[in-house]
Amino acid sequence: MNVNQHTPMASPYGQPQPGYGQPNYAPLDGGYPASYAPYNGPASAYQPGVPPQGSARGPPTSAPPPVSAPQQYNQYSHSPADMQNGPPPMTQAPPRPAGSQPYGLGGGQPSYPQHYAPPPTMQQVTNQMGGMQLTSGPPTPAGLGYAPPHSSQPPISTSYQSAPQPSFTQAPPPASSAPTQPPPPNAPAASQQYYRGPPPPPQPPFNSALPPTSQQQFLSSAPPPPSQQTFPPSFSSSIPPPSCAPAPPVSQSQQPFSTPQPHFSSAPPPVSQPGFPSGPPPPAQGSFPPQPTPSSSQPGSVPPPGPPPTSVTSGQYPTPIQHQQQPPDSQPSPYHSGPPPPRFQMPPTVNHLPPGPQSPPGPQGPLQQPPSPQTGYPPQQNGAFGQTRSPQAGYPGPYPVQPNYGAPAPAPAPAAPAQKRLDPDAIPSPIQVIEDDKAKTNEPFVTGVRGQAPPLVTTSFHVRDQGNASPRFVRCTAYNMPCTADMAKQSQVPLAAVIKPLATLPPDENPPYMVDHGEGGPIRCNRCKAYMCPYMQFIEGGRRFQCSFCNCVTDVPPHYFQHLDHTGKRVDCYDRPELSLGSYEFLATVDYCKNNKLPQPPAFIFLIDVSYNAVKSGMVSIVCHELKSLLDHLPRENPEVDSVVRVGFVTYNKVLHFYNVKASLAQPQMLVVSDVSDMFVPLLDGFLVNVNESRQVIESLLDQIPEMFADTRETETVFGPVIQAGLEALKAADCAGKLFVFHTSLPIAEAPGKLKNREDKKLIGTDKEKSLFQPQVGFYNNLAKECVAQGCCVDLFLFPNQYVDVATLGVVPVSTGGSVYKYTYFQAQTDQERFLNDLRRDLQKHVGFDAVMRVRTSTGIRATDFFGSFYMSNTTDVELAGLDCDKAITVEFKHDDKLSEETGALMQCAVLYTSCSGQRRLRIHNMAVNCCSQLADLYRNCETDTIINYFSKYAFRGVLSNPTKAVRDTLVNQCAQILACYRKNCASPSSAGQLILPECMKLLPVYLNCVLKSDVLLPGADVSLDDRAYLKQLISCMDVADTHVFFYPRLLPVMKLESGSLPVAVRNSEERLSKGGVYLMETGLHLFLWVGASVQQELLLNLFGTPSFSQIDSSMINLPVLDNPFSQRLREIIDSFRAQRSRYMKLVVVKQEDRTELIFRHFLVEDKSASGGASYVDFLCHMHKEIRQLLS
Amino acid sequence: MSTYQEFIQQNEDRDGVRFSWNLWPSSRLEATRLVVPVSCLFTPLKERPNLPPVQYEPVLCSRATCKAVLNPLCQVDFRAKIWACNFCFQRNPFPPSYAGISEVNQPAELMPQFSTIEYIVQRGPPTPLIFMYVVDTCLEEEDLQALKESLQMSLSLLPPNALVGLITFGRMVQLHELSSEGIAKSYVFRGNKDLSSKHVQELLGLTKPAAAAQQGRPYGKAKVLINPERMFLQPVHRVDMNLTDLLGELQRDPWPVPQGKRPLRSTGVALSVAVSLLEGTFPNTGARLMLFVGGPPTHGPGMVVGDELKTPIRSWHDIQKDNARHLKKATKFYEGLANRSAGNGHCIDIYACALDQTGLLEMKCLSNLTGGHIVMGDSFNTSLFKQTFQRVFSKDYNNDFRMAFGGVLEVKTSRELKVCGAIGPCVSLTSKDACVSENEMGVGGTNQWKLCGLGPSTTLGMYFEVVNQHNAPVPQGGRGAIQFVTQYQHSNTHRRIRVTTIARNWADANSQIQHIESSFDQEAAAVLMARLGVFRAESEEGPDVLRWLDRQLIRLCQKFGQFNKDDPTSFRLSESLSLYPQFMFHLRRSPFLQVFNNSPDESSYYRHHFVRQDLTQSLIMIQPILYSYSFHGPPEPVLLDSSSILPDRILLMDTFFQLVIFHGETIAQWRKAGYQEMAEYENFKQLLQAPLDDAQEILQTRFPMPRYVDTEHGGSQARFLLSKVNPSQTHNNLYAWGQESGAPILTDDVSLQVFMDHLKKLAVSSST
Repeated sequence: MNVNQHTPMASPYGQPQPGYGQPNYAPLDGGYPASYAPYNGPASAYQPGVPPQGSARGPPTSAPPPVSAPQQYNQYSHSPADMQNGPPPMTQAPPRPAGSQPYGLGGGQPSYPQHYAPPPTMQQVTNQMGGMQLTSGPPTPAGLGYAPPHSSQPPISTSYQSAPQPSFTQAPPPASSAPTQPPPPNAPAASQQYYRGPPPPPQPPFNSALPPTSQQQFLSSAPPPPSQQTFPPSFSSSIPPPSCAPAPPVSQSQQPFSTPQPHFSSAPPPVSQPGFPSGPPPPAQGSFPPQPTPSSSQPGSVPPPGPPPTSVTSGQYPTPIQHQQQPPDSQPSPYHSGPPPPRFQMPPTVNHLPPGPQSPPGPQGPLQQPPSPQTGYPPQQNGAFGQTRSPQAGYPGPYPVQPNYGAPAPAPAPAAPAQKRLDPDAIPSPIQVIEDDKAKTNEPFVTGVRGQAPPLVTTSFHVRDQGNASPRFVRCTAYNMPCTADMAKQSQVPLAAVIKPLATLPPDENPPYMVDHGEGGPIRCNRCKAYMCPYMQFIEGGRRFQCSFCNCVTDVPPHYFQHLDHTGKRVDCYDRPELSLGSYEFLATVDYCKNNKLPQPPAFIFLIDVSYNAVKSGMVSIVCHELKSLLDHLPRENPEVDSVVRVGFVTYNKVLHFYNVKASLAQPQMLVVSDVSDMFVPLLDGFLVNVNESRQVIESLLDQIPEMFADTRETETVFGPVIQAGLEALKAADCAGKLFVFHTSLPIAEAPGKLKNREDKKLIGTDKEKSLFQPQVGFYNNLAKECVAQGCCVDLFLFPNQYVDVATLGVVPVSTGGSVYKYTYFQAQTDQERFLNDLRRDLQKHVGFDAVMRVRTSTGIRATDFFGSFYMSNTTDVELAGLDCDKAITVEFKHDDKLSEETGALMQCAVLYTSCSGQRRLRIHNMAVNCCSQLADLYRNCETDTIINYFSKYAFRGVLSNPTKAVRDTLVNQCAQILACYRKNCASPSSAGQLILPECMKLLPVYLNCVLKSDVLLPGADVSLDDRAYLKQLISCMDVADTHVFFYPRLLPVMKLESGSLPVAVRNSEERLSKGGVYLMETGLHLFLWVGASVQQELLLNLFGTPSFSQIDSSMINLPVLDNPFSQRLREIIDSFRAQRSRYMKLVVVKQEDRTELIFRHFLVEDKSASGGASYVDFLCHMHKEIRQLLS
Repeated sequence: MSTYQEFIQQNEDRDGVRFSWNLWPSSRLEATRLVVPVSCLFTPLKERPNLPPVQYEPVLCSRATCKAVLNPLCQVDFRAKIWACNFCFQRNPFPPSYAGISEVNQPAELMPQFSTIEYIVQRGPPTPLIFMYVVDTCLEEEDLQALKESLQMSLSLLPPNALVGLITFGRMVQLHELSSEGIAKSYVFRGNKDLSSKHVQELLGLTKPAAAAQQGRPYGKAKVLINPERMFLQPVHRVDMNLTDLLGELQRDPWPVPQGKRPLRSTGVALSVAVSLLEGTFPNTGARLMLFVGGPPTHGPGMVVGDELKTPIRSWHDIQKDNARHLKKATKFYEGLANRSAGNGHCIDIYACALDQTGLLEMKCLSNLTGGHIVMGDSFNTSLFKQTFQRVFSKDYNNDFRMAFGGVLEVKTSRELKVCGAIGPCVSLTSKDACVSENEMGVGGTNQWKLCGLGPSTTLGMYFEVVNQHNAPVPQGGRGAIQFVTQYQHSNTHRRIRVTTIARNWADANSQIQHIESSFDQEAAAVLMARLGVFRAESEEGPDVLRWLDRQLIRLCQKFGQFNKDDPTSFRLSESLSLYPQFMFHLRRSPFLQVFNNSPDESSYYRHHFVRQDLTQSLIMIQPILYSYSFHGPPEPVLLDSSSILPDRILLMDTFFQLVIFHGETIAQWRKAGYQEMAEYENFKQLLQAPLDDAQEILQTRFPMPRYVDTEHGGSQARFLLSKVNPSQTHNNLYAWGQESGAPILTDDVSLQVFMDHLKKLAVSSST
């Protein structure tokens, strides 16, 4: 969305947009700072929601005409102070209603009013809303109770609980905002609390308030044009409708942006007013007219638009632009300031922006004051800003950005009128979105409604399965799929689902129930073989059922017959998981087993490299020592019972040593196989044993292995035969299982699968680069195939000191559903903990074997492509030798026919697997999404995180066959098309210079930029080929949560900590870091603790036990255990972070200005990267240019 | 020297030599007409308690092509200190150490009683004996247990400094490393992959001293590299405990054997690994490789039969129909191994214990070429195996093992003779010498053979050819001489050389045919001819061999028989040939030439022993001995004839491979009635006991231990006896039918009587 929609947009949807606009756009100008200050003081409570918006818009609009701008500013400043309380509620209220209203159809309104009661205006709004809803209502309500949701926008879905309106709030963003809003006063308070904890008091209020509001507005804004229909229904929408009319003006206003300032000026004010005229007007003006209206307008129109247009027009209308910008800045500032760091920046910006200030000087005065106090920061920020801006500046005009974008960014600066800088705070902020989502999610997510987008992955929520799979199992890119292939093609939005079949559920959610349909096996559709699920329609009194996937009618077996009730549902519907839940398991019969034989319990085989390097690095002794205790924790389904998993041990260098650890032996026996050219397993009985029975022998073995090889001088290793050995062992034992390979070096010994060192930096960036990602020899592909056939999953732990060719070694693990762990330059002291934790987790985690996954879909779409760690021998079956709880598979769908809006699109993912106890099972996940014939609906129900997950996997696979540059360009291109399509078809008409982003996708550019900058696609000089290959395979099986944090790391200021809640994250940019601060960054793979150079002694004492910055030992791998609440809490946080991720993150303490800071900076993904990746701002500009090109 | 009998006996006792002819026809033509070639049975290491070895080295003829050893037949000029070689007539000075030689001070080798003398060679470091156990683990639990015990027991019998190694195999082949402490370590080889010797050695890390040395340097001398071969072959005294434990923990082959399948047994690879290991580590050093198998090789190279039980192992029938698919390939494989092993001086024993065949037919060459033992039994859990195996390690009066290794036998002849070949557990060293005949009999074309493993009873048949032309008569009173030089590694690790020099008079066959006839040693001749026959039987069809044998016999009878033409009744043979036809009769019926009723394995087994045992044992094999025990008199040998089977007799038959005690019908009834328990029938008890005692005596000395059968009239096992005796009474010779003088044999085989009648008829027939 961003930029351009200053006010105009806002005005129509004022509310929604504002949220966005503010945060996103605000950054553009210095304006923010100003607003901040004022806000802080006065309206802290309110500011959040409304003020920002209002102000933001105001300014932009006004901006053009200095005069107007000032006014707006004034208003703003004032508004925060004065009106905030009043107006915000207004705006907020509407939004909620929107969400709630839909549901409320009937009684909803009343309820709302109550909620909003406080603000009278609200009622009005609600009324409006109500009206809207009603209209919308009809369609939705449809026959079914759920109907409403369907018909209406997603938010509606929440409707079910007509009674509990609050719940609705969740629905879409608006909902969330709603909650906060209802008690406008409360909201602020709450927000304050939040923020109080952290740092600047002023900010908190803003953030809290703003985000919600902004989002709402935003959302609304986004939809407005296209959705008008929906929109109105949705919520504040009520307002919109009326506003709708105004909306256009808004857009116009935007346009004016570039050209006629006057419009703006006029527009904004009018807009806001008009928007609310009915209800809001009074309050708006008084309290914060801006808030309601402006807010809305802001988001949409907001600063962002400013810049782009500026860029375009800049030459022509330098001045106006400036103004605009300024105002926006100021406006945004308030909002953004709300968030976090921006605030500080704000002030400086203000300073910088003389132009802006000029107009508003008077009014700003107050604003400025606040900034002044903050001065401490400003300077830094200024500096930061200056930098960032400069590029921005360039941005507007020439869009030199593009080039930057690709790779090394030539300084876009040229154009650079400082004025035009795009303020980072003005562009969509991930943090904001995340926080908004968190804030609005306070009720369990109920999956019963079709096409309802779940909360973000960053939000913790409870899920209630009512017919669709939990988002923990399945997440879709779009919850409202286009009906036709044409639409899909037009939008370019990937239709994909990220499925994590065995995902671990939080303890308070029930794991899938087990269903046993008896000897006949699960009941399935005769034609498409879909499994019994809630979508099946029973007909003819229950004697037959119609498959909702293929419409085939199948007889119900006698033993499964049940009568139907008056609604056509089976009477036992709620007694049977397969008829009422989205996820459940079937007990498979022997027909579902390999060779028609019930499977044996699986086996784990440990294959340990004992060459010189392995022994010397300490790996061997660590593994052996750890295994002794770890073997007691083999996976089991019933914790009361011993695991049935058998274990076996092999060590190897250039020959393999198998061990006979039969219980009856006094001592283990070693069997050396030196004929590695033709691998075989030398023994059967005694190789795979039950741990408890052979415990003594095993312990004796593990004690002796390090001793035996302590003096080894063998440096060569083999690799292919090692896996062959494990595979053969499993074959011999006729069971599935998992190999744990602990390997150190490039396998150069004479044997199958021997490799050469082919790392050649010169190839990077050339067309031949792709060959480096392809396996060196075909041997491993064939081996992988065999492994899959046997259900042999391979987990590879690498301890390389040099190039080991991960691209080749990883082939088997990746194809068998295994994992690769890499510990470069492994040293026992520093890496032991990480390795052991990984090993423990890897060993203990829930895992299934010999799995086959099949995704069935409604007629009309088809699963066409799959991404992840698996093997496919045909086009439909995903074969996974092993499938653990951390592995996700991304499935892409394509149309092969039309879908109907009525029935939506159904998908059923069935995974047939052998559990760790040796039971054959089918896990079924059902998912239903809506279908739409309007593109707007599609854009309103997307999930950016999932899209990014898909894009990253798609791109990373692309590097195998295309030059990385081409892959990057493809990504940018597709992204631009998505956004351009939105702009063209859904956004309200506005100047081409405006960058308008769909609410759901406003983070797409920033996240996409992170993907483009990743080491795989854009390697720095110090990134080895191994690292890239490693990341590539790692991403391929990540779920949405993992990719999210991987691409956009979580950066928490930890100067102040409270128990029970985490500090609000800050954006990944150096300018957000305070010299006096301490920040914790989590990327899913790394954990950094960044310590500013001028951190207070007290903090250092609390943290490190040393008062001096220089005495901090940056080589520490764990924080010292100190007995103070701060230290305890921080360590708690670190522990909880680690617990969330599938891989243990080693803590790296980064001192500012220290050598290691380079690495840390690499993860500040909004900044320009050393390897040439564009900064967020630059990229956004580039993206905008791309979009404009597409549009023209 | 009163009779030839005594002369022969004396020669045998002293030199271990028995010639078919003790007077040699002086010309080639005459020699051919004698039918039975000039040949001898030679027992190189015959035990001679009264002849101590001398502690110095032999004196050799200085002619490079001769190198005969100084012997009592040489002419010595004591004054000039010169001796003349009796083979090449080269005059040689005595070495300085013989300076004190004189008529009254002669070295041992010049004394006539030392026609056989043994020298102890002090050169070179003594090399320890090496014993490599190659053990099949695809056995029944009971069998394996018994085998393990036997093996553990054998460890205590080995000399303490002997090196031992262990390979076990089933589906896989495991070479056990004996040096490791703690964890028992072994190298495993795939059972179905043919590995070259070089490859095996690479896999075991035995080859690449260069690379190892280079790599080793940088790490300093902290740890001296253990000789890789030492990992696998360790002195018994050091690993005694280890190995005992290892054997104790030996498990049955753990791979599951599906119903209807044979266990997979990779005998071929196991042997290949063992041979390669020894080849790489101790070439040309005495080593004994002992293979213990409980079934046929079913896996990998050398497999004899597939693992499908429904496919039976090849029979003679299959072989004759060329229906044994693995036969040729397997045989070739084992021959390759045997030759390699023989080349390195390692001998291979096969201990095969199973009820079914174990592939001895294919594997026999392993032992035949290397001088190893083959022992065949039903189970490792029988005394037959246990005691036989124990006897492998028996010791002689000097407390030395009765085994020697790496022997090389060289034969030198005087000019009138040439060597045609040898038949026995030997391989040719293809040493072409002047005395090598072009006419090959047995393993020929050489005058040197290698005997990798040999014992006191190992006997070779040596065949010669008289090359003296008829027109160049040997001077009257001339003697032909043959010298056998046997170098070997004694079991006490020293190398020794035994030299046997014998001489026989030449005789003119025209004028002295009677003398020649009376010098005929029909026992030796029978055995020597039998060996030729058996040797032929290995490569020719059975009937052809029999026909050849018959022809030889007929020709011999024609040559020496006295008869009127076409009058069979007039046919007479002199005493010195009187038994010969009878030997031939039994030989024709023996399992060495007849395969009927024998499995290919059994035939191989019998032949294996036949061509290596000394004369006495060989004769027993040809014509079993039958003793009779009855109340009518003291035990006496009786005719091997069905007429000897009487109700009131107990018979004891020794066929070498079997020892059968047969209770006549009446005796059996008495025994069943328990008379022997009654005090008043003490004599009956003694009668029953007598054959047992005698049998025991045989059992104690025989190697391999015979199968002991105690049966009675009508018993199923009586077939052992009935199949051996001359079927003088059968169901179809009416004149014996109804008489109570023996037991009729139900067979279509001809009896000795019929055989002789035919022989006479053919001998006197003028048409041949």
